[in-house]
Amino acid sequence: MNILTISILTLVLTGILAAIILFLVSRKFKVFEDPKIEEVVSALPSVNCGGCGFSGCHGFAVACVHAETLEGLVCTVGGLKTMERVADILGKVPGSFHPTVAVVRCGGNCDVRPVKNHYDGVKTCAIVHNLYGGQTACTYGCLGYGDCEVSCKFDALHINPVTQLPEVDEEKCTSCNACVKACPKAIIELRRKGAQSRRIYVNCINKDKGEKIVESCRVACIGCEKCLNECAYDAISMSDNLAYIDSATCTLCRKCVEVCPTHAIVELNFPTRRVRKKQVKK
Amino acid sequence: MKTFKMGGIHPKEHKLSAGMKIQAATIPQQAIIPLGHYLGGPSLPVVAQGDQVKVGQIIGKASGFVSANVHASVSGIVAKIDDHIDASGYKVPHVFIDVTGDEWLETIDRSMEIKRDCALTPAEIIKKVSDSGIVGLGGATFPTHVKLLPPPGKIAEVLIINAVECEPYLTCDHQLMLEKAEEILVGVSVLMKAIGVTRAVMGIENNKKDAIDIMQKLAKTFDGIQIMPLKVQYPQGGEKQLIDAILGRQVPSGTLPIEVGAVVQNVGTTFAIYEAVQKNKPLFERILTITGKSMKSHGNYRARLGTSLAAIVDQAGGVPEDTGKIVAGGPMMGRALSSLEVCVAKGTSGVLFIPTAESARKKMKNCIRCAKCVVACPMGLEPYLLMNQSERSMWSEMEGERIMDCIECGCCSFSCPSNRPLLDHVRYGKTTVGKILRNRHAKK
Repeated sequence: MNILTISILTLVLTGILAAIILFLVSRKFKVFEDPKIEEVVSALPSVNCGGCGFSGCHGFAVACVHAETLEGLVCTVGGLKTMERVADILGKVPGSFHPTVAVVRCGGNCDVRPVKNHYDGVKTCAIVHNLYGGQTACTYGCLGYGDCEVSCKFDALHINPVTQLPEVDEEKCTSCNACVKACPKAIIELRRKGAQSRRIYVNCINKDKGEKIVESCRVACIGCEKCLNECAYDAISMSDNLAYIDSATCTLCRKCVEVCPTHAIVELNFPTRRVRKKQVKK
Repeated sequence: MKTFKMGGIHPKEHKLSAGMKIQAATIPQQAIIPLGHYLGGPSLPVVAQGDQVKVGQIIGKASGFVSANVHASVSGIVAKIDDHIDASGYKVPHVFIDVTGDEWLETIDRSMEIKRDCALTPAEIIKKVSDSGIVGLGGATFPTHVKLLPPPGKIAEVLIINAVECEPYLTCDHQLMLEKAEEILVGVSVLMKAIGVTRAVMGIENNKKDAIDIMQKLAKTFDGIQIMPLKVQYPQGGEKQLIDAILGRQVPSGTLPIEVGAVVQNVGTTFAIYEAVQKNKPLFERILTITGKSMKSHGNYRARLGTSLAAIVDQAGGVPEDTGKIVAGGPMMGRALSSLEVCVAKGTSGVLFIPTAESARKKMKNCIRCAKCVVACPMGLEPYLLMNQSERSMWSEMEGERIMDCIECGCCSFSCPSNRPLLDHVRYGKTTVGKILRNRHAKK
């Protein structure tokens, strides 16, 4: 036998031996996975955003398959349609689902919230928040360096170059919670989308007392409780000089918006109000 | 001459206010005394609106072991207890006192006479230190009584007095040593008695020759106190660096100086301890340096806690025209202020005015892997790596790189030829990892 045959034979034999070992091992240690998991994964959007609270779509699929009911398990990206498909696959009933959207609760743009000092260090919200109160006198408000913009995987959040505040694109927002986690000031909140995407919310998280806030920001909630007294549906609560509107109980009547003296309560996507014509005396 | 072995830098000293006599700052119309501390829990107010208080009366009680009492620095009526900004720009609870007269508690000994002998037992001394609300006056404001009570099983061998003042510009400790040398040495012997050691070493950097002379002359009349001149090097005032410089011992990572048998106290703290133990005077005033290149007159001032920085600055000649940044503390570890409404706290060691040309950050360039930050780091860390990890949120890896050892001295940022903001990222990483560690401890 010459050297060529020997080497070919050795290689072929090693190959066959390795194949046999691999085959036996794969038989012995085979992991059975519920085929439904794979089906559910294929029905999910596969963006692995973690908005459902699990580590990616596979984790969510496993949870869905093992759960007794689908109540509380929601894929925020896919919404109701996806959850219906998942429920079909598993033969379960989809849980209740209220679409939510990210809401930025700060209206302190450059006009209403004067800059008091100049910061020229590293421009990320996390580092600035760790270092000091920020460039304005409001230590609660948006810093405007865009950690939320960076965290958004869906291109749904952008800092408006004029106001220096983040703006949410409702069409693109999947309420995956990434921006909520990224904001060191906890300004962003996931709120119910509401009928026809109409929403009313307090556009401020400043917990200081009235007199002080006005110096730092003109559109801040001053804790005057006017909205609290106006609301007939108990949707508004006060804590630490700050009003909060519960999006589940709010009936979108817009009365609180009218009474707010600093215009800190904001309405979104409503038709413009009919302005009563004043009778001009001649 | 000795110094610490690892890392360190030597920034220009600029001790412009050296040799300026300590002047008393005017007592303000309204004192706004902070209840919070940088380290440890905030104090709980024990006075209410409308109460009459005297100088030295307790107004805030420590909220735990690692916390300190707060005393009224002025006499008058408590106007309110409300939030006010501190050096960080955040609002923390302060006690507002409208000043009337200057009436001190009768128990405080206001005579200038120096009382050398101390008849108290160690436990009584420590109780007095704790009651008087004494915290580390070097800047970190760590409650002093905690340091004097070593954990069980640990024995202190030597007391180290930190009179290094390695920060550029600051001269408050220097001037205090020139004016109150004997009181400080009495304070040292009181401390030696409190922790039960027979040896104390005071480290003074060699750029304060007059202080070294005075101290060496006086130390001969005290037992067991040695004055050691040290080579000028920043951050020699760091506890672990000072122990290395004086004793040649390295404090292991994650442990306290008591591990190598040392207790370190700042020289300003020592003077406060003298006043508290021998004169019954709680901590309600401190020395601070007002300085800056563009300032016409520099000075060292003794100010009551709660005096607004704006008032002291006005007394010192007002904010100079060419000011880009105002820093509370020294240029290396101080905090840039967002407002001069901030009031003197226990940790305020100075106000520094930096001219516009020097205050602006330079343009950041790419890392050239020169390792100057690694050479400069006095804790033996790799700042360039920590910055990269912090940018990528690699918290567990940062923990492995001993991020919690960082003393935030700023040597890395100072030495970087590419002007990279190393410390900003490292400090953010340190806070985040610190939070993770605290959560982990809480779960256990």
